[in-house]
Amino acid sequence: MSIEAAAARIAAQGESSRRLARDPVNQAMINNWLEAIGDTDPRYTRGVAPPAMVQVWTMPGLHGQRAADDPLGAMMRVLDEAGYTSVVATNSEQTYHRYLRVGEHVSASTALESVVGPKRTALGEGWFVTTRTSFYVGGELVADMLFRVLKFAPPPAQPAQSVQSAPGVLRPVISRDTEFFWAGTKAGELRIQRWGDTLRHPPGPMPPDGDLGAEPGWVVASGRGTVHSYVVHHRPAVPGREPPFVIALVELEEGVRMLGELVGADPADVHIGLPVTVTFVTVDDDLTLPAWRVAR
Amino acid sequence: MIAAGTELPELAFDVTPTFVISTALATRDFQDVHHDRDAAVARGSADIFLNILTDTGLVQRFVAGWAGPDALVRSIRIKLGVPCYAGDRLVFTGRVRSVEGRVAVVEVTGTGKLGAHVSGTVTVELDS
Repeated sequence: MSIEAAAARIAAQGESSRRLARDPVNQAMINNWLEAIGDTDPRYTRGVAPPAMVQVWTMPGLHGQRAADDPLGAMMRVLDEAGYTSVVATNSEQTYHRYLRVGEHVSASTALESVVGPKRTALGEGWFVTTRTSFYVGGELVADMLFRVLKFAPPPAQPAQSVQSAPGVLRPVISRDTEFFWAGTKAGELRIQRWGDTLRHPPGPMPPDGDLGAEPGWVVASGRGTVHSYVVHHRPAVPGREPPFVIALVELEEGVRMLGELVGADPADVHIGLPVTVTFVTVDDDLTLPAWRVAR
Repeated sequence: MIAAGTELPELAFDVTPTFVISTALATRDFQDVHHDRDAAVARGSADIFLNILTDTGLVQRFVAGWAGPDALVRSIRIKLGVPCYAGDRLVFTGRVRSVEGRVAVVEVTGTGKLGAHVSGTVTVELDS
């Protein structure tokens, strides 16, 4: 399905069900906001909430998940799959019908307004996704918001380290099952094969349950993980490598394990459980390898 | 007397890493690009940067602080330009575009090192 067709389908679903804020409007969250923003309006210490906080009440939180029928989440998944993996907010238009008071419990529902693209932007090629959110207290509409994000494909990250093209370097066999992975490393992304809700690495031709009709997708890993196991390689010599070097099996925070060189680390300092982050080593125009470095 | 053309007094914010992070958390925005420098760099940014909920809050503070505690903010419409990274200094300037009865529309721009970070309009009902 094209991005336009997916957008039309999601927009046709209309408003999502109303999502209740985690907490009622409360003085503690208002005070945190006042401190951070530096606002000293005396009304906000006497039970009135700053109007610009309206969206804050219904934010999903640190471990929050969007509701299954949330149109923004659905549209983000479509664009993720199409390679537009980064997001930045570009417009916010809030209208306040009245100020909120401590004790009121806000709920919000969202509809997809429009999806426009692809557009060339300074950040990369992307799509502008506009949603309209309505905020309620009980049955009363208290505020509404037009919110626009740019969902874009970032240009390839700068390689952390450059290695001379080495004749004789062992090259991966790139197949239909693995080409997304190597396209990802070139683009500065660590991609993990996904079968429904199950992540799998190394990528393979079918899901762990063997369903021959299933189609894989992929997700972009955060790149953070810990050393699950490692070896220090002394010999034989390897083209493009200065021994001793460390090869680490890293457990990613997404739950799969992945092999790679741990660069820039003294083998004596490496241990199981060491936090690492991904980096990308450009071998030549055709090959970029994922590698690890110690997380700061 | 507030009339079209009235300029608002400037308001500046030092955008320290603490400012970026504390405002992101106070707006319950836990996107890593607002508190994790490595993640922000990996996603193509120079550093952690302000989130849009904070921009809305800063714009409210700028205009409502000028209009006084008896005024009511009716709408805040903003558009983001260049990013505002930690280490920047954000200067807000504003000008009254129109006044009709008690309702004023104020044009606002927040400018940082890289240029206009946020611009937009605030509709405010002034005290009568």
